[in-house]
Amino acid sequence: MRAALKAYPQLLKTGFAEAVAYRAEFLIWMFATNMPLVMLALWSAVARGGPVGPYSQRGFAAYYLASLLTRLLTGSWVVWEMTMEIRQGTLALRLLRPIHPLLAYSAENLAAVPLRGIIAIPVVSFMLYGIRGELAQHASSWLLLGPALLGSWLLTFLVMALIGTMGLWFESAGSLFDAWLGISSVLSGYLIPLDLFPAAVRKIALVLPFRFLLSFPVELVLGKASGLHALQLLATQWGYCGVALIATHFVWRAGLKRYAAYGG
Amino acid sequence: MKRLLAIVRAQLRASAAMALQYRLDFVVEGLLALLWIGVTLVPVLVVFGTREQVAGWTFPEMLLVLGWFVALKGFLEGAISPSLTNVVEHVRKGTLDFVLLKPVDSQLLVSLAKIEPWRILDIFGALAIFTYAFRKLGHHPTFFHVLLALGLLFAALLVLYSISILVVSIAFFAGRVDNLLYLFQSVFDIARWPTSIFRGGLAIVFTYVLPLALMTTYPALALLGRLSAATALGALASTLVFAAFARIVWRLSIRRYTSASS
Repeated sequence: MRAALKAYPQLLKTGFAEAVAYRAEFLIWMFATNMPLVMLALWSAVARGGPVGPYSQRGFAAYYLASLLTRLLTGSWVVWEMTMEIRQGTLALRLLRPIHPLLAYSAENLAAVPLRGIIAIPVVSFMLYGIRGELAQHASSWLLLGPALLGSWLLTFLVMALIGTMGLWFESAGSLFDAWLGISSVLSGYLIPLDLFPAAVRKIALVLPFRFLLSFPVELVLGKASGLHALQLLATQWGYCGVALIATHFVWRAGLKRYAAYGG
Repeated sequence: MKRLLAIVRAQLRASAAMALQYRLDFVVEGLLALLWIGVTLVPVLVVFGTREQVAGWTFPEMLLVLGWFVALKGFLEGAISPSLTNVVEHVRKGTLDFVLLKPVDSQLLVSLAKIEPWRILDIFGALAIFTYAFRKLGHHPTFFHVLLALGLLFAALLVLYSISILVVSIAFFAGRVDNLLYLFQSVFDIARWPTSIFRGGLAIVFTYVLPLALMTTYPALALLGRLSAATALGALASTLVFAAFARIVWRLSIRRYTSASS
């Protein structure tokens, strides 16, 4: 464990260098994250005739810009890499190294965040500054934003790692994740703010883990959650992270026993 | 011509047989296609829970646009992208040699290399959406309007295909751009809304520069009987010019291909 911690900063540095080396592809991946803007186009046309629920046109702009930034800062790709490496047998190479493969994956995925931040934060902040009246006024919301974003990143990563690990059992783990992605794009607030759903759906969506992947940090930015309530939400988020971590740990241990590393 | 058709048939049969080997995939991916149709519908359902009309479109009319979007997306991700993604791979590895060596047109060969037959479910999904929308509208489209819409659908498919060919051609000039086609797929998401959603500069871009919104808006308008035959003919004509342009770019691009040492 101590050796792993010592290696971690170096892994992060390598990952960052890799992101810089493939900067053209890196930028293209970022531009491909455009769903919040597509949704913003629809809602701002809707809100031309007056606000929808609590959202005016500017309110929608703030919501979707914050959700775009959150998605860019918390995104991972580990599930695709894991399913590919398991299928091709190259996972064996990672198992030979003296560091836990999931830890190495996490370093590679985390290392992409700073570069995405350097590009996205100035642009989106500039746009958000124009509508700063829509953003949170309480200091508590902003203080909790950092841990909430980290929690979102971790939960996203762990779910991906968990489903990716299931690739040790069946080949279509990638498809399983696709299904998760579809459901999560609805229930995490990625397509539609959760408070615009009918009350019955909203009640369920607010307690499911999907909300803590994306909606929660956005709620902080918009000042919809602050003070003690925000602190409770943060605790719930990290609770979900803990559950996901334990689940991933056991699934990984059991799955590794069956791993045959064909090909490679 | 006869030989070309035979090649097309053989290619399609080969790629369908390849995909059908994985029967479980067929079921799983089919279910996924249905799930994603549902996800596409959710925002529109929520929006029309609060409004009667958005940018001049009622709920059933908007469903027509979405129906075309679902169908086109199925075609793009089921028939165009899988094949053309391979081209980028070929260029990087230098294996395009094997395609160019064959005594058949290279564009034809690479365009039919791989299909995902389960995406046919998107077409069925689109048909279901149309049926529901017209039941809500309370009338049938006339035969002429259906014909017009199908003509425009053909134009839209041709434009989609031509843009994809242009995107892939970039691979011959810039090295590592595996994900450019993916970027185009995600930009295509804009086509799920009618053009009147957009204002100002964006409206111009999505009508004339990157005619994404037209691909779904025009066929929907045609089904509703609100598109003049002159506009439709104009759209068809410019589509053919565009396809010819893509063809020329492809020919120029493969001339730049230098293979790779392997």
